[in-house]
Amino acid sequence: MKSNELLKIANLSTGFRIKDSFYNAVDGVSLTLKKNEVLAIVGESGCGKSTLATSIMGLYDPHNTRVKGDILFQDKNLAALSDEEMNEIRGGQISIIFQDPLSALNPLMRIGEQIEEGLLYHTKLSKAERKNRALELLEQVGIRQPERIIRQFPHQLSGGMRQRVIIAIAVSCKPKIIIADEPTTALDVTIQAQILDLLIELQAETEAGIILITHDLGVVAEMADRVAVMYAGEIIEEAEVEELFSNPKHPYTRSLFHSIPQLNSNSDRLNVIKGIVPSLVNLPRSGCRFSSRIPWISAEAHEKNPQLHEVAPGHFVRCTCYRNFNLRGKRGGRNYELYTNK
Amino acid sequence: MSFIQINNLHVHYPVRGGFFNSVIDQVYAVDGISMEFEKGKTYGLVGESGCGKSTTGKAIIGLERITSGSIFYEGENVTNKRRSRKSAFNRDVQMIFQDSHSSLNPRKRVKDIIAEPIRNFLKLTPKEEERKISELLEIVGMPEDAKFKYPHEFSGGQKQRLGIARAIATNPKLIIADEPVSALDLSVQAQVLNFMKDIQNEFRLSYLFISHDLGVVKHMCDHISIMYKGRFVEIGTKYDIYNHPQHIYTKRLLSAIPGGSPIGREKRKRERIRVEQHYKAEHKNYFDENDRVFDLKPISKTHSVAAASISKGGK
Repeated sequence: MKSNELLKIANLSTGFRIKDSFYNAVDGVSLTLKKNEVLAIVGESGCGKSTLATSIMGLYDPHNTRVKGDILFQDKNLAALSDEEMNEIRGGQISIIFQDPLSALNPLMRIGEQIEEGLLYHTKLSKAERKNRALELLEQVGIRQPERIIRQFPHQLSGGMRQRVIIAIAVSCKPKIIIADEPTTALDVTIQAQILDLLIELQAETEAGIILITHDLGVVAEMADRVAVMYAGEIIEEAEVEELFSNPKHPYTRSLFHSIPQLNSNSDRLNVIKGIVPSLVNLPRSGCRFSSRIPWISAEAHEKNPQLHEVAPGHFVRCTCYRNFNLRGKRGGRNYELYTNK
Repeated sequence: MSFIQINNLHVHYPVRGGFFNSVIDQVYAVDGISMEFEKGKTYGLVGESGCGKSTTGKAIIGLERITSGSIFYEGENVTNKRRSRKSAFNRDVQMIFQDSHSSLNPRKRVKDIIAEPIRNFLKLTPKEEERKISELLEIVGMPEDAKFKYPHEFSGGQKQRLGIARAIATNPKLIIADEPVSALDLSVQAQVLNFMKDIQNEFRLSYLFISHDLGVVKHMCDHISIMYKGRFVEIGTKYDIYNHPQHIYTKRLLSAIPGGSPIGREKRKRERIRVEQHYKAEHKNYFDENDRVFDLKPISKTHSVAAASISKGGK
């Protein structure tokens, strides 16, 4: 690993057991996270982005999950560590922020105890020092009257406050990597803006690498340095954020951009991606996985065994179908013309 | 001409406590709002969580008791008649819920779910009913055999479309859509939104579109009301709200939307901070001493703002 690389994921596959065979939800993903970088992972539900997060953190059920490949962090392969060894890293060196702050907090523990819990395991601070650190952290994440808040329970706080507490817990041990799994999806836009600004500020102080998992391209535009787009368990495009937004290549990425209602456009219809994401069991494991959603592209346009191609420096696209792709198919019209209003 | 008028609607919840569990306070969930609905138009209701936008929708359709105020439907006062099965209002106003999963009865087949409003309001023979259900499924683009399945067999987008099929079963005039796409993925969201526009054009439906997503609201709505703490802070056409926002709360909401491009991030952040400071500094001009929003004052034919003095902080 190079010196500025924090985490190197190589050919990671995570499979779940369904009726005695394993199906990969994450299928051969390779990624590198650098210091002080925000790497966004974008995709729709079921594309494997959260599975990727839980694989890195080791938060899966070992009996029904199979993880292959390497997750290299400080010369250790996280995928091969035991639970005890993983506990050293989890919450200390790598921490995670979940989508739903209410279910991520323990309803029976006071806020203060929950923040101090991580400090208890990962630092040698005394009880009084831990309390001071908890107060300091709450202040840092913009919570007023921290002395009052540390004695309160999660249900007494608003959604935005809870998420701030979660962030305080996540940064409490000065982690090298923060994984943020849809950190603002459950929040209002004004609170979202505040939380995202807060994450960036905290990052500037600690130089941590952030893996931001989201489905919201707006959040990506505000936050990310680099973006990886996932579809059906694979990374189908990866690029610097400016490059991806100005020059998206893969049919899936381009279709996604055209299905967002834009604030500054008045077009009447949105682009619809035809079909559905195939389920884990029915997913074809060879050929271009997006091909069934763009049937108007001929089979020859796809690669037999789609690889990531570097189309510009640092910009990777899977499969060759992007070369012939246009959004023409979006004028497909409705599939219920037969109906008459009677 | 509007076909539904809502005048000075209030929904208050009592807060109980004290010795005899007596009413000690009121929560003003909806605190005096007025709206009108015209045929074939979409009305957006925007606000943050807890502002009372869902309560407004539920109060209109009759799922919440109205404390005071009145609802007129085609000239008739229906404020307290909304629970009767015979009421035309009940037939003509339908609802789509945010969480399509929990709004469909898991123990009923799709055909029984969709048939419920038909059985309640339309006198159809079993054969006609059967045909109507097939028609409805076709409108929402679902296969015929979906009839015999249960809700859990469908994906999120499909379930939302079943919810829509149920809502349009009685050929309603107004559909209250409470965050209809918030739980859906982008591409599915696009499908549902396109589809809602299509059936609107076909049946001249009106929508009350309740959402917190200002991008979706702009795409869908003709008129927009911005709600804060149970009251409207600003109402106007799409153009008024997005191009000439007047109220400081509207500006704050608009500035918080993530941009569509990574270029100009820093500029947007500075703008956000500026608006936030402005919001704090100008607070008195827009909220009274109890933090209540002022009454709306018209500034043009379509555009009204709740503020003490309007010229200030304008263009």
